[in-house]
Formats: sequence, C-alpha cells, structure tokens
Amino acid sequence: MFNNIAQRPKGLKETKLIVILSFFLLLMIGTVIFATGMGPVSVHTTTVLQILISKVPIFSNAAGDDWTQLEESIVLGLRLPRVLLGLIVGASLSVTGVALQALVRNHLADPFILGVSSGASATATLGMLFGTFSFLGTYSLSLSAFIGAIVVIVLVYALSRVNGKINMTQLLLSGVAIGLIMESITKLITLSAPNALGLHNATFWMAGSLAGAKWGYLTLPLLAMFLCMTILLINYRALNALLAGDETAGTLGFNVNVIQTMLVLVASLLAGVTIAVSGSIGFVGLMVPHITRLLIGSDHKKVLPVSAFLGGILVVWTDVAARLIIAPEELPIGVLTAIFGGPFFIWLLKRNSRK
Amino acid sequence: MKLQVENLNFSYNHQKILKDISLHVANGEFVGIIGPNGSGKSTLLKNLYRALTPDSGSIYLDQQNYRDLKVKEIAKKLGVIGQDNALPFDFPVKEIVAMGRSPHKKLFEGDNKEDKEIIENALKKVEMGDMAERNYLYLSGGEKQRVLLARVLAQQTECLVLDEPTNHLDIHHQLRIFDVIKGLGATVLSAIHDLNIAALYCDRIYVMKDGTIYKSGTPEDILTSKTIHEVFNIKTDVRRHPVTKKVMITYLPESIFNKGEEKVV
Repeated sequence: MFNNIAQRPKGLKETKLIVILSFFLLLMIGTVIFATGMGPVSVHTTTVLQILISKVPIFSNAAGDDWTQLEESIVLGLRLPRVLLGLIVGASLSVTGVALQALVRNHLADPFILGVSSGASATATLGMLFGTFSFLGTYSLSLSAFIGAIVVIVLVYALSRVNGKINMTQLLLSGVAIGLIMESITKLITLSAPNALGLHNATFWMAGSLAGAKWGYLTLPLLAMFLCMTILLINYRALNALLAGDETAGTLGFNVNVIQTMLVLVASLLAGVTIAVSGSIGFVGLMVPHITRLLIGSDHKKVLPVSAFLGGILVVWTDVAARLIIAPEELPIGVLTAIFGGPFFIWLLKRNSRK
Repeated sequence: MKLQVENLNFSYNHQKILKDISLHVANGEFVGIIGPNGSGKSTLLKNLYRALTPDSGSIYLDQQNYRDLKVKEIAKKLGVIGQDNALPFDFPVKEIVAMGRSPHKKLFEGDNKEDKEIIENALKKVEMGDMAERNYLYLSGGEKQRVLLARVLAQQTECLVLDEPTNHLDIHHQLRIFDVIKGLGATVLSAIHDLNIAALYCDRIYVMKDGTIYKSGTPEDILTSKTIHEVFNIKTDVRRHPVTKKVMITYLPESIFNKGEEKVV
C-alpha cells in the first residue's frame, strides 16, 4: 500500500528538527507550570504563573500579590526546584541511555539494567562513609558516584565483549550480576553505618527519589548535561556510524577507540552526577530513547535532543504521580518507573529475540 | 590511486594467519582475490581497512604509508564494503547512504545541498533512487547490499576494498553490482567467491591458499583446471566462451564424474 512513495503519508520523521524541538520546548514549559502546582498541597496554576512572573525583574509589578506566603514558599522553595531537578535528571538519564546504547549497539542498554546506577550508588555511599573526596565539598558525592559508574561501565563492557563484538546475553547477565554485587555493597554500608549517611538511606539509593530537591542540587547536573550533550551532538555522525559497527565506523574515518572512550566518560559522568542527587531511577534510559526512535528515527542529531526533552517531561510527570498517588505519603519515583519500565523491557527483549 | 602491500604478516592467538603477503593494485585496475574458505581473504582485507593491525609489513596508498595517514584521510581515499553489515537500529535508506559523507565532514557539520545531490546520485546509480525514504531493516538482501554500495559511492573514494560484495545475492544482482563497480573506473580490490564472476570482471587475480599468495596473474593464466584443482581440490572444465571471450569454468562434481577417468573434451 505504501509502495508508492508519492502517496506515503508524511510522518514525524520528515518533520523539520526545529519544529519538533519548538514543540517539545513548549511542552516542557507547560509541564513546569502545571506540575509545579500539583502535590499534596495543590497551588492553582494561575497562582503558580503569577509567582513565577513576579520573580522576573521587569514584570514583578504586573503580577500583583494575591497569594499567600505559604504558597510562595511551596512553589519556589519546594516544588520548582523539584520539577527542574526532574527535568534535568530525566534528560540526563535518557541521554545516558542513548550513549550506552550506541556504545554497546543494543536497544537494551540502560544505566539501571547494566548496573551502572548500582555502581554509582555503592561508591557514593562509600565516599560518604569514609569521606574520601570530602575536600571537594558538595561535589564529593557526585565525584564518587562518577567513579562507581565508570568502573561498572568498563567492567560490563569488557565482560560482554566476545571476539570483538558485544554479546547480548553476556551484556545483560554481567550487568545484572555486577548490579547485584553493587547493591549488596550499598546495603551493607547503609546498614552498618546508619548515622553517617543521614538523609541518604538505602531506599533512596535503590528506589530513587526527587523529594529532597534543593536549588543547590541543580547546578552540577545542569552543567554536566550541557557539557555532555554538546560533546555528543558535535559527534552525532560518529554515533550514527558506530551503530553500523566498529569496523564500518573505522572505514568511514572515525577513530573508534576515541569515540568509545568518550562515550564511556560521558555516560559515567551523566549517570554519576544524576544518581548523586536522585538515587537510581530505573528504566528511563531504556524507555525514552526507544520511544524517541519510534517517533523520529535513529539519527542521533535528532535522537539526542528529543530524548532529552521527552525524558525530562516523563520524569516530571511520573514524579507528580509519585507524590499524588498515596498523598500525603510519597512513593519513591523509582518504584513507579520500574512498574512501567519492567514490562517495557520484557517487551523489548521478546521483540529483539524474534528478529 | 595505487594500493600496495609489502610483506604483510598477521597472527591471531599465536597462530599465523597471513604469511608474507605482497600485492599491488594499479590505478584503475580491478583485482580479485580468490581462495577457499579459511585461506585468509577476509583477514587480509581487514588488515587493509584497518579493522585488524598487521604484525609486520607495510601498506601504501599512493606511496604514502598507512602509518603516516590519519583514519579520516584514509576514509577519503579508500571505501570499504565488509562482511558484517548487521544494523541493530533502523535507519531510512538515505541516512545510511549519508553516512558515506562522514569523512568529508567536520564535527557537527550537516549535509548541504551538494551532499544531498551526491547521496541521490549514488542511490540512482544502484537503482534505489525511489527507495530513499524506506527503512533499511525491511529491505531484501539484494536491496541492502545495493544500499551499502551506494554508501561507498557517496564516500567518493578512488579506491575500493570489497569483501565478497555480492554474497547471498541472486545472479541478476551479482552482475548488476559488479557492473556498477566496474563502471566506476575505480581502483578495486575485491574478494570474490564465484570463479566465473572473477573471470568476467577481474583484470588480475590473486589466489590465496593457507594464508599465502599461491599464484597471481590474469584470469586466463590463473583460472586453469590445474590451478583450480590444486587450490580448491575440485575437477573443472575450463574454456574460452565464444561470446564473452572470457574464461568460463564448468564444475565437474564427483557425483557425475565419480571415476575421475572420463576425459571431457
């Protein structure tokens, strides 16, 4: 039916990138405004808008002031940093997924499934306990998480490479095994030294949560994301070529070892920095890139920015659900993403093996 | 563009795979490599396109040693179709072909009008012009192979290294692909499975056996009953075809000529 190209309907794949990105940008702004108002104590959307506008210097008078002090502190002190952190965390996890998938040439790669999140959690708790990097102040946690992430990625990658190719079974099994080891280490540490760890308990690392968001948490993840995104985007041709295989990428003029090292570093940095502030939120890096590819194809020039937007928006709304479902109690957001992500992973696995 | 290999040795797991290989391809020459499975054809080609690193020996592209060339510079001169072309993610055909433009592009540089024309022409040349929007994973084997050829064409290299580019293709597509390659006038080194195809297209042939170059020369010199028997251990009847004026090989399988005594004239 679609053999005649002239009659084929134009899908999202032919739409100009700038149109798609503008659409997602609007969607993101809408998400921030609506999601900020939603929670155990709900703030009306117009009030949220007024409070936000009042903080923009030029418009501060136009906004009026018919809201309570409580509403302002909820919006600016609690919700807005949380929503923005959700955006950054979601975007980072999705881009980590894209980078890992290009590295191992497989749909099923995700920081959670490959044990990268668990590795980052383990070293982060270790770092807190022994204060190894405490001279770095607030960044010590992120740095120790980065080290865990990079160790696991290198280990899993080395273990799953058979005769120069990534073996899917080896990849998933070594990911699971290393992930479990790392989780046990985390559990051991948190159980044996509960006082040293304060807010960050075992549940936080294993289930993930955005509940503790503060403005101060935003800077480093945001910088890391912009840095990594830029590096990945300027190399988008190399990432595309890498999907066609190491050898082919080499014959197309790319230095495969350099690109792969870059991907390991970028993925570890993103995963480490993100997990330090949010714990491990699973399956986002698996689902979002896949949905993105279904929508707009596999070209990394499009996949990278679109999955960043999509991931951010998805995590923010999942977090809204996490704080509403059993309000005033909160569900860890990682529990929710796993409930949806697990079946999605199984579906992908079945689909992959049929090919 | 001239390709030259001198005294190349390669081993894998302490086992010598390639032993002292020397060969050359002159400008515009179409050179074939034939040999039984495991004789080292693919390994040799992989050394040539840097998927493997030789233990010793030198490779020259227009008198320039590979060691002095950057990966990107080589990719501007040497196009490759390898054996392993599995793709885990789906791309539209035109994006696959666009990958061929990579060595000519800077970081983050997009495809301009000229690139798009090159991509379009490459697809037309392999008769895939109206398939540009199709998804690669849903193409037939022959169509996929033609897309890969289009990718190499879009790379616009003077030299091509091909590892059995018509593997798994029906005879129509085998001839079509080799016709296109031959029509380019490029410097070509190709591993070829089918001896008759090699006879039809090659200017010269290298025969490989047990990791060495066993013999080399024109198809007429190489493709004789005697040599084919020595290398492939089969009986053949070889004669000039009156129409093509090329060597034609007919296989004489044991199930038909099991005695080995009958003389076919």
